[in-house]
Amino acid sequence: MLSYYLEQLSGSLPFFLKGLGMTVAVSGLSLVAGTVIGFVWGIVRAKRVRVLTLLLGAWVDVIRGTPFLVQVFIIFFLLPEFGIQLEAFPAAVIALTNLAACFICEIVAAGIAAVPTGQREAATSTGLNWFQQLRYIVLPQAMRVILPPLVGQYVLLIKDSSVVSAIGVVDVTRVGWLTVQRVPQGLLVFGLVALLYFVICYPLVQLSSILEKRMSSGYNR
Amino acid sequence: MVKEPIADMLQTFNFRVILEYLPLFLSCFWATIWLSAAGLLGSLAIGTLACGLRIGRSRLLAGAAYAYIESIRSTPLLVQLFFFYFGLPSLGLRMSEATTGIIALTLNSGAYMAEILRAGIQSIPHGQVEAAVSSGLSYTQRMRHVILPQAIGVTLPPMLGQAIVLVKDSALLSLISLPELTRAGQIMTSERFMPAEGFLTSAVFYLVIYYALKALTGWSQRRLIYLQA
Repeated sequence: MLSYYLEQLSGSLPFFLKGLGMTVAVSGLSLVAGTVIGFVWGIVRAKRVRVLTLLLGAWVDVIRGTPFLVQVFIIFFLLPEFGIQLEAFPAAVIALTNLAACFICEIVAAGIAAVPTGQREAATSTGLNWFQQLRYIVLPQAMRVILPPLVGQYVLLIKDSSVVSAIGVVDVTRVGWLTVQRVPQGLLVFGLVALLYFVICYPLVQLSSILEKRMSSGYNR
Repeated sequence: MVKEPIADMLQTFNFRVILEYLPLFLSCFWATIWLSAAGLLGSLAIGTLACGLRIGRSRLLAGAAYAYIESIRSTPLLVQLFFFYFGLPSLGLRMSEATTGIIALTLNSGAYMAEILRAGIQSIPHGQVEAAVSSGLSYTQRMRHVILPQAIGVTLPPMLGQAIVLVKDSALLSLISLPELTRAGQIMTSERFMPAEGFLTSAVFYLVIYYALKALTGWSQRRLIYLQA
């Protein structure tokens, strides 16, 4: 009996790989866009322009305080009321990009805050303008604080991308859900789905902890 | 042009229907709290156990704990939830949705709790242990009077952070049709086709829990600094 199900499962392997492609597409697009937006927001937040910082802080709080599933539903069901009819895929990418930007914003702001103010003062007195300070002095030093949690955050976001299966994006979780209706072997089907996520996420988890060790050891030298 | 639809929506935003559904949201609000609290307690127990095994002497048990922690951390909660929801019946185990949900939340959060505890214990300088040993304290005494009091101070803020994550994660239980906050939004959407009212109301309730836990985290961090000083 089990071998029969295994055979059926290996028959639908291309379907799983297609789903994996969708997972990679959704999370890849959102991670790239979210990183760019998150860095801009983080830099703005660290600059302490009062109104912007306040607005960003409130937005980040709302996003961090509500479940991603609710955010996905709101974007998918609410935007049509404003006349913006979105397919499931762009809705998913928008929701995940926003989530990524909010978390990365916090990481970047904390990284910039960790650079000693003396560095900035020294840069100012050597006549570097704001952008040059950021580009040559602050960000390179902030990166060692930013990088380990950033990679860790990527893992969380890739895992969160599974939630968009709820609005019908056919990612690898959705493929599992569809398959389990035909092949009633939940352990097998979702074991396979979990394995596919594991292959992507486990190396990134390891990378994050290696980075953490390497980056922190630099300070003790 | 942009403002018009917003004003339009606010006018059509149906507060009466929200009021009508408020009892449902309130009971679902308690369900969310109840499910998260059960998951939190369970994950503290599992986390303590996994952490103990991970740093313990037995190689085999440490390996098992490592495998548990890393496989949980590298796969999404939703997949774990479906794994139990669709998988346990195929093993002949029939459980209620609530039990399945709590099991998934507990096992998921337990792995993160184990890592938080491990980081807390490892953050205690080795000299403390050596000093305790040389003053003749037994293992239990060292744990009770030296290591744990310090470790709890370090681990409380990240544990509260994990509690926040747990509350948000419990939203996924709506996908196995457990009546909790997100499900209340879904019910309202399907019965009245008012997704705006439904999901925004859910979001407000989640924010109430979030801000309460966030305030508690801030308090514990201040308290932690006070303890260290």
